[in-house]
Amino acid sequence: MVQPYFHSVTLETENCKGCTICIKRCPTEAIRVRSGKARILELRCIDCGECIRICPNHAKRAIADDFSLLSKFKYTVALPAPSFYAQFSGPDMSISKILQGLLQLGFNAVFEVAEAAEYVSLAIRRYIESSSIRPLISSACPAIVRLIQVRFPDLIEHLVPVHAPVDIAARLAKEMVMRKLGLRREEIGAFFITPCPAKVTSVKQPIGFEDSWVDGAIPITSVYARMLNVLPYINETEGLQQASSVGVRWGRATGEENAVGVPRHLAVDGIQSVIEVLEEIEVGKFNDIDFIECQACRGGCVGGPLTVQNAFQAWVNIEELTKNLPAEIVPEIEQEVEKRWEDGFYSLEAKIEPRSILKLDDDLSRAIEKMELLEKTLESLPGLDCGSCGSPSCQALAEDIVRGLASEGDCVFVLRDGVQSLAEELLELARQVPSSISNQGAADKGLSEEETEK
Amino acid sequence: MPDVKDVGALMSVTYDVAARDFVRAGEAASKLKRLLQQLGLDPAVIRRAAIAAYEAEMNIVIHSYGGQIKVDITPESIEMICEDSGPGIPDIEKALQEGYSTATEEIREMGFGAGMGLPNIQRSADQFRIESTVGEGTCLQVTILHEAGE
Ligand SMILES: Nc1ncnc2c1ncn2[C@@H]1O[C@H](COP(=O)(O)OP(=O)(O)OP(=O)(O)O)[C@@H](O)[C@H]1O
Ligand code: SF4
Ligand SMILES: [Mg+2]
Repeated sequence: MVQPYFHSVTLETENCKGCTICIKRCPTEAIRVRSGKARILELRCIDCGECIRICPNHAKRAIADDFSLLSKFKYTVALPAPSFYAQFSGPDMSISKILQGLLQLGFNAVFEVAEAAEYVSLAIRRYIESSSIRPLISSACPAIVRLIQVRFPDLIEHLVPVHAPVDIAARLAKEMVMRKLGLRREEIGAFFITPCPAKVTSVKQPIGFEDSWVDGAIPITSVYARMLNVLPYINETEGLQQASSVGVRWGRATGEENAVGVPRHLAVDGIQSVIEVLEEIEVGKFNDIDFIECQACRGGCVGGPLTVQNAFQAWVNIEELTKNLPAEIVPEIEQEVEKRWEDGFYSLEAKIEPRSILKLDDDLSRAIEKMELLEKTLESLPGLDCGSCGSPSCQALAEDIVRGLASEGDCVFVLRDGVQSLAEELLELARQVPSSISNQGAADKGLSEEETEK
Repeated sequence: MPDVKDVGALMSVTYDVAARDFVRAGEAASKLKRLLQQLGLDPAVIRRAAIAAYEAEMNIVIHSYGGQIKVDITPESIEMICEDSGPGIPDIEKALQEGYSTATEEIREMGFGAGMGLPNIQRSADQFRIESTVGEGTCLQVTILHEAGE
């Protein structure tokens, strides 16, 4: 049974001109153009936001939460992503100042996701040490987790089943507020300041656990302008800042692999590069590597589709903001992680399920029939992968045809050939004037005079 | 283009593999992997088939003069026959040992030649046979069952 699936990435139909730019860039081939408009195939979309970045008409949008949601809670906590800090720079910019700014925007408290990232780094290390599977792959980027579910289901066992920093941040923050202020969990709202639609989707629809402690995800793009209004007036920066540079650097590529700090590790950023590496892992490569950080966005989360700053600038901003921070995770955090690791505090509760999108049929022999039809169909297509049919490639159109979602006539070349032979047939028909109109017709048919007169 | 025909098995596909073609090396395995995904086979089975096909393909590319990977899908299993013409393997027992390789320095620099290919194929397979005639070529027969391997 297919359940309705929430997607942050959606199409703004009025803006879509029906060009086919997005269909080729989608890493899961989840977009088709039909009747002059793009359509996102729900089951295939992983909310990576590539199409938001590429669409020249801004017809792809991320649905997310906004500030109005804050009023639903007695007490609110902002959970800024490390990449949020990277949006700001300047001689007297500091993380404390940024956190103070969030309080001025109406949050009652802040909890740094960067701090939670330090707990998570140690939990990941703990998991790696306990597992014999190599290479292990980070599950922190939800676009990558979903990519693996739909395109690389055989690699699910390589994912590290540890919660993402934002989920641990929400839980730690709420536990603290509950303890200190005696509030109930549902009275506290925890809001992620997010660099991407992928995280918005995973807040609404967590993978590997049921009940998210995060109540909303507000895009960095919606917070940014408000921050610019308040930042110039902030002087006092009482020590709100907690996280070390180890946690804050999670906001950019290589931050996580270094924080996890197992002997052999590497970081891959950009979804196309990640796909290449996953394909290699599938055939047994990289098995001498302990841990691979994989992020859908180039440069890591600083390159997220819902950020404002140029990713390269943001990379440097992280450097500047962490320059004077302690460069080590404090021992208290280490003890905390040890204490709660055994209780499963950091571990995903449920298995990550495969959601393979390639399967043609549940039944093997029917799938084979469809496969053969697919091969035959593909032979009749020109192999130009031009995209005019609205499917990303000839292969994809052939699959769509076999699945009953398109027809061969959607290919402009097949259609042209069809029209040509139709035209030839018409011409042929036009030559054959009915015998009732001309003698010629009868003669052509080889009828004798007598027969015609009968 | 793989050549699809029906010969007793539910489906058969043949992939040609050219010697020394490092640009296309790996294509047969990745096409096979996509095919198996389209057929909806179990992810763990696909994984083992992909690893076996990839290692066999690379051995044909690196150690032979060229060959073919024939895959039959039967109701119970994936049957692969990886056949090449080439120098063959003089001492099969040795070749099956982990770490044994005759790969040249040049090949090692490309990241191959750890001597793990054949052992990995053997590990991935539910049934495995290898035949080789020196001066003629090598033929691997790999069976991977749809249900409960190892
Ligand atoms: N198709 C073949 N033709 C000729 N010799 C082969 C063939 N396949 C394997 N061999 C021989 O067997 C040896 C071991 O093969 P194996 O695949 O285990 O390791 P490798 O190819 O040398 O290195 P790796 O697979 O780890 O990159 C090879 O070095 C080669 O001498
Ligand atoms: S890399 Fe970061 S910003 Fe980009 S999709 Fe993944 S989690 Fe979101
Ligand atoms: Mg080999």
